[in-house]
Formats: sequence, C-alpha cells, structure tokens
Amino acid sequence: MSELNKKLTLHLDVSDFLPADEEEKQSLVIMRESVSFWRDGLRRFRKNKIAMTSLVVVILILLFAFVAPYFYPYSYEQQIRGSENLAPMQYSETELARIEAGEKVFPHILGTDSLGRDIMIRLMIGSRISLIVGIVASALILVIGSIYGTIAGYFGGKVDLVMMRIVDIIYTVPDILIIILLMVTLKFPLQDLAYNNPNFAWINKLGVGLICIFIVFALLYWVGMARIVRGQILSLKEMEYITAARALGASHSRIIRKHLLTNVMGTLIVTTTLQIPSSIFTESFLSFIGIGVAAPMPSLGSMASDAIDGIYSYPYRLMAPAIMISLIILSFNLLGDGLRDAFDPKLKN
Amino acid sequence: MARYIAKRVILSIFTLWLVATITFFLMFMVPGGPFLSEKTPSKATLEALNKRYGLDQPVIVQYKNYMINFLKGEYGESLKQRGRTVEDIISSGFKVSARVGGLAVAVALCIGVPLGCIAALNRGKWLDNTIIVIATCGIAVPSFVVSTVLMIIFSVKLNWLPTYGLTSWKHYVMPVMALSFYPTAYISRLMRSSMLEVLGQDYMRTAKAKGLSQFWILFKHALRNAILPIVTYLGPLLAYTLTGSFVVEKIFTIPGLGNEFISSIINRDYTMIMGTTIFLAALLIILNLLVDIAYKIIDPRIKFK
Repeated sequence: MSELNKKLTLHLDVSDFLPADEEEKQSLVIMRESVSFWRDGLRRFRKNKIAMTSLVVVILILLFAFVAPYFYPYSYEQQIRGSENLAPMQYSETELARIEAGEKVFPHILGTDSLGRDIMIRLMIGSRISLIVGIVASALILVIGSIYGTIAGYFGGKVDLVMMRIVDIIYTVPDILIIILLMVTLKFPLQDLAYNNPNFAWINKLGVGLICIFIVFALLYWVGMARIVRGQILSLKEMEYITAARALGASHSRIIRKHLLTNVMGTLIVTTTLQIPSSIFTESFLSFIGIGVAAPMPSLGSMASDAIDGIYSYPYRLMAPAIMISLIILSFNLLGDGLRDAFDPKLKN
Repeated sequence: MARYIAKRVILSIFTLWLVATITFFLMFMVPGGPFLSEKTPSKATLEALNKRYGLDQPVIVQYKNYMINFLKGEYGESLKQRGRTVEDIISSGFKVSARVGGLAVAVALCIGVPLGCIAALNRGKWLDNTIIVIATCGIAVPSFVVSTVLMIIFSVKLNWLPTYGLTSWKHYVMPVMALSFYPTAYISRLMRSSMLEVLGQDYMRTAKAKGLSQFWILFKHALRNAILPIVTYLGPLLAYTLTGSFVVEKIFTIPGLGNEFISSIINRDYTMIMGTTIFLAALLIILNLLVDIAYKIIDPRIKFK
C-alpha cells in the first residue's frame, strides 16, 4: 500500500536524483570485456584440436631439424669407411670390434647410404634445408607481394592498372618451365661470383642451389600474394576510419603502415603459412630432378632421388625422406587451415 | 564477350612472346654449348658446326633470325639428336605425355568428384571423416613419393607391374596413378566444400518443396552449381599433369615431353629448349584461356568485363 502511495504523491525524493555509484554503473553494463582481434583469434585457435596438434608437430620438426643435429655424433658429409649400406640399427664389423673393446658406438638409427653416410643426420639436415627454403622463400614472397599489392591497391587508378597488368603477365608465365631454366642459368654466374669475389663468399656457405631457389621464388611467386593484398586494401581503403585518418592529416605512409597493413595482417599470416608447404613442395621437386640443392648438401628431394637407384635392394631408404616431407607439408597445411579458421573474419561464425 | 576474348588473346600472345624472349636470352647465358659435352671436337669442326647452325653470329642477330623463322613455321633441327626436327620430337613426346596426362585427369575427375559429393552428402558421418582424412593427407604427398611407394609395392614386393617403358597397358597403371593422386585428393576437397555450400542454398529447399525426386535435385540443381569451382581448377590441373609429369616421366623413364625438356636444357640443345618451352607455354596459356571462357559460359551470373 505504501509503495503505491509513494508513486502517486507529487513529493519528489532527492535520493532518486543522486549520481549512480560504481556498483550501479557496473550492473547496467551489458557488454563483456572487449576482446581484441588477436585474443579472439587465439582463443578460437586454441580450441581447434587439429590446429594445435599440427602446431606441436611443426615445433617438433623444427627442433629435429635445427637442434637435434648438434647432439648427434655424426655429420652429414662424413663418410664412414667400412660402414657402407648398413641396415637400420646395424653395426659394421669395425664398429662391432670397437664395441667388443668396450667403446661406445652410437647406432646408425636409419642405417647408412652407399657412401657410408649416416642417413639419420642427413634426414635432419635435409629437413633443415626444406624448412629454410620454405620459410625464407615465404618471407621474401610476403615482403615483395604485400608491398606491391598495397601500393597498387592504395593508389588505385592508372598505377593499379599498370601494376596489375604486370602481375597478370607473370601469373600466366608457366612457372615450372621458367624455374628450371633459371635454376640452370643462375647457377654459373653465382658460382663465379662466389669464387672470384671475396665479398660474396657467403654464397658458398649457403650453397648456390639455395640462393638460386630463393631468387627464383622471389621473382615468380609473389604475384599470388600481391593479388590477395590488393583486393583487401581496395575494400579497406573505402572505410570511414581511413577517411578520418586522412582528414586528420595523416600521410600516405602512415595510413598504409598504421591503418591498412595492421588490418590485413591476419590474411598475410595465413597466406604466408600456406605458402611455406607449397615452397617446400617445389624445392623437393627441383632437388628430386637434380637441379635443386647441390651435393653433398642433402635435401629431402635429393635423398629420395638417391634412394631410387637402390630401390630393389634397400626400399626402406626411401621411406625416411618420403615420410618426412609428407609430414612437414601436412602439418604446415593443417596449421595454415587452422590459422585461417581462427583469423579470417568471414569465417567467424 | 568478343571484346573480353580479344583482350585475353592479346595478353596471351604478349606473354608468350615474353616467355620466348626470356628463354632465348637465359639460354645463351648458360655457359657451355651444344657441341661441347662428350668428346671435345677440333676447333675447325666446332667452327663449322657453329656456322652451320648460325651460332657464330651475335645473340641479337640469332634472336631476330629465330623469331623470323618461328613466324614462318620453321622451328629448326635438334642440335643433339641429329637429323630430327624439333616438331618431330615434340609431337612424338607430346603424344606420350598427353596420353598419360589425359588419363590421369580423367581418373582424377572420375574419382574426385563422386568422393567429394559422397562426403558432402554424409556430412559429419564416418564416411565423410574418412574421405577428409585421406584427401588431406593426399595433398601433402609429392608425386615422387607416390610414384616410388607404388613402385615398391607393385614392382619390388608384388612384382606385378613393370617399372619402366610404355608398351602395354600395364605400363600405364603406375604413372597414371602417381600423376592422378594429388589432383584426386584436391578435387574431392574442393567438391565437398562447394557441394556443402550449394546444399545450404534456398533453391535447394525450393526444389525439394516442388516435390522433385532426390535424384533430380542432386543432378540438375546441386551438381551443376557445385561443379563450377572444379571447372576453374581444370586449367591448373592440366598444367599440373603436364609439369608434374617431369617427375613421373623421370621415375618411370617414359619418353614424354617433360623428359625431353629437361634433357634438352642439360644438353644445351638450343633449338629444342626454345621449341619445347614455347610449345608448353602456349599449351598452358591456351588451356587457361579456354577454361576461363568455359567458366563464364557455364555460369551466366559472371559478367564479361
């Protein structure tokens, strides 16, 4: 009764007009704590079991390729005399004699090849080469493609037209043909440079084959990245916040760096991750047909190619590089898919 | 439409010219020559040979001569396989590559498309999951791995199939399987996702509401729309079966075009390098162009620009 009375009277209660205290304010806020793009993506990524597993596998492969060789007693070019063509875990006669004498001999876990080189360490170094190719080539493609695509998309008009025509032409060039030709052509001038000019001696350290692969990939494969980035930039630059930034007097480079590139970051990461397996794929193919990484440096492709010669007697030798390369490509593919599911705003629901 | 095609054709011709020019100058940058490899000939013989094939002239003049002869339809003689013209070698090599590659594409389509449909129609069930797992693993395995594993199983262990040559149907089994492995996996993934997208569309419900039979809904409405992405993939796929055949041809020692191309580069057989490059590039460019045009004809929603 008293409630009703209170409402009907014209008497004003002062307490109703006091500013709300913190507690009351909090109870009125319906929004949850704002989640940044990265946190949100990361949360989705962590929930994805396949993606997390592939991330773990990728880390294990990286450890296997970059850390494990330091703890392994053999080296990839070391030819152990008397230990040629050993089966996995087999010891040669001299090694058996050494064991008899009480010495400790590290086993050849995957056996040795026809030159007496330990296959396990070659597998590690081969995986390292594949990973270096995949990661460095993708990084080059990322840098070239994103800069090119951003400039084309941002400035638009005639600039865009000319730049994208060039991309169209490179896109239609049959890649494998030009790669094979370039690989053969670049090899000799690079070798020349490495031997005759002391400033370029580092070329030999990395291997001419690897440098050739980087140059070739950087020349041909950035176009896909450029197209994707350009498409994103084209739609992003019409957004209100870009107009606002321009109205505030931001320079072109600031808009590109601070506003546009940060917004295409998700796409860039996903495309780069998916570029890694495809670069590894191409490298192994080139090494397999004998124009990739040069001997004695092992590559998974050239190891598989060597194994074919002895396929009737030692079929198991093929399995190690074959499984390794498939595992690397598979895990990077799944990781890339997982990242896309997590960071692509279009797939949010 | 005519304008679009004309524009694409002009761009294609320009690309082809660019590839030919790049190849020509790259080729001459590689040290060594076609007559140096085996036993070094005497200086006089070398000069005579160079003169005969016009290799004594400056590269620019040779380039001009080659282009003029090319437009006349004369592709020259192979510098290594004496007495055989480039056309001759290319056509015999291409017949082999096209047979293996064509069969591989057919196999990939015949297996990949149904697998993708089955997976989409059984979404979330064990059949779908099995197909996804197989297809995901399938695109991670390079063709040289598939070829060699097939070889170990069917030739080394079981001794059923021959490992080299191409004389009977038995010789085709492994190369075609190896070549079609990756595209089959890729097509089934592509088909599954596009089929799922189509199945969720409103017109599918309309078709069902009209009382159409399940069969007609699937074939007339779903499949026709879902197959579009596969058509776009056909261009790269044909390119893949031709270029992927480098590896398969090497492993199974098939006398195809891929093998010819690699050996011509290693031998510095200038006329053959030019011939095969231009031929393969033209083939790939034309295929891509045809696929793009076909795509626009099948899908009327796409406008010509």
